[in-house]
Amino acid sequence: MRVPLGRIAHTRSGDKGDTANIGVIALKEWHYPTLAREVTAERVKAFFGPLVKGEVERFELPNLGALNFLLHGALGGGGTLSLRVDAQGKTLGAALLRMEIELDEYEFGL
Amino acid sequence: MIRIANGQGFWGDWLDAPVQLVEQGPIDYLILDYLAEVTMSILQKQKQQDPLLGYARDFPPLIHRIAKTLTERNIKVIANAGGVNPIGCAREVKRLAPELAVAVVLGDDILDRLNEFIENGHELRNMDTGEPVTAIRDRVLSANAYIGAFPLAKALATGADVVIAGRSTDTALAVAPMIHRFGWVRQDYNRLASATVAGHIVECGAQATGGNCQVDWQTLPDLANIGYPIVEAEPDGDFTVTKHHGTGGRIGVDVIKEQLLYELGDPKRYITPDCIADFTTIRLRDDGPARVRVCGVRGAPPTGTLKVSISYHYGWKATGTLVYTWPDAAKKARMADAIVRERLRRLDLQFEEIYTELLGADACHGPAAPPNADPPEVQLRIGVRARHKAAVERFTRELSPLVLSGPPGATGFGEGRPQVREVVAYWPALIPRREIVTRVEVVA
Repeated sequence: MRVPLGRIAHTRSGDKGDTANIGVIALKEWHYPTLAREVTAERVKAFFGPLVKGEVERFELPNLGALNFLLHGALGGGGTLSLRVDAQGKTLGAALLRMEIELDEYEFGL
Repeated sequence: MIRIANGQGFWGDWLDAPVQLVEQGPIDYLILDYLAEVTMSILQKQKQQDPLLGYARDFPPLIHRIAKTLTERNIKVIANAGGVNPIGCAREVKRLAPELAVAVVLGDDILDRLNEFIENGHELRNMDTGEPVTAIRDRVLSANAYIGAFPLAKALATGADVVIAGRSTDTALAVAPMIHRFGWVRQDYNRLASATVAGHIVECGAQATGGNCQVDWQTLPDLANIGYPIVEAEPDGDFTVTKHHGTGGRIGVDVIKEQLLYELGDPKRYITPDCIADFTTIRLRDDGPARVRVCGVRGAPPTGTLKVSISYHYGWKATGTLVYTWPDAAKKARMADAIVRERLRRLDLQFEEIYTELLGADACHGPAAPPNADPPEVQLRIGVRARHKAAVERFTRELSPLVLSGPPGATGFGEGRPQVREVVAYWPALIPRREIVTRVEVVA
């Protein structure tokens, strides 16, 4: 079945210059393999479309059941240059909760 | 075991948080983080106007307010409140609280040494663009090297009640008391890495105790009285994150995980002046109500360079807003935007960027925002950035005329013309560690 990422994960996002970071954390530890399979750098890049000018990098933290994404060129120049209301990418983590992922009922823990 | 509490996640954080921390339960060290990347340039400008200023002005009155409690409970304070004038900050603290011993850490401010560095062949290339600093030399406003925890620990060793630094790293504020009290040495990389993780968890204040937390946010108790984070640190490097009994918010593994991921880069290489911490080695477990245990952190030797934070004058910017309502709020806002852009085009002004977003539609989430065909209202927000102030000033005259001359139903212009603001940009670079010499001074 297809569910929004927010059903199995929570997120927090922030900035480093013109790069936004999004931490994606499994709500239950057994959801981590699903996260690692479904939430790839390519899909995150496609999800945000033209909002992300550069590449998306992904790092794995299996010890925390979490993934860390770096979205380069995602903040309109970043820091004080940015003209955006969300110049620090604080809300990008919440946006990602809408991304649809594929999982079976067993994985969902039903 | 020692208790280290952070009462300020940035300059502008809750004024009462440090007071709550010293009064509502036991702590040994109060740390306060005042500096963001561009704060130094603001402070540099204040110092240019008045040589007595250039530091976090909230800090001395805070110390005055809590001085008696600090003495009674033997709590030491470590803060990077010194900005570009740690001595000036220390003198003001001494004036307001003469009974406290105050030490400052100096050597991070390299503004006066930039030419010397350039002459000696240090290009201070921008870590993002690769450009050498000579490209912006004549526009530099401030330049500071990030210093680590060992100089702060040395300042604690003078017996100071209050240690004031300039541009120390945020995490160093938490690491320093552990070095000082546990006698750690520079080769204790695992312990230093664990302490660095502790520093990262607490450096954003209440983000470690339920603030900005997505999990069960609607049922987080008493955020109005949220407890700020406290690290119970142990000599082997392991620690527990907690908060004072009776305060609001929540501490749990999920909350701490969110903060660990906050503003993180490569988790295997969290680089500080003291060590490189590997965040993939962190082990967490819930250890009772409002307690999370952290152990297992591994570290490696630091690099041979220190990060340098340079700020420089870039240009000018302004953002202006108007509100449009149903029906067709978004269409009206887009038409208004097109009119502004056409008028600016006819004026032939040079802008580096004109950026438009619709709050209430997709301003924050962009293409990821949920579709809303006809929202009840949107706020049109247009921002411009230019090298020359005149172009930005002209832009600020272009929004309010739309109330009479644009699409129907514009409102929300009551606050007048947009403000023109200077853009001070940030230039991150590296410098060989040997070039930065810190020293500690006790201020009488």
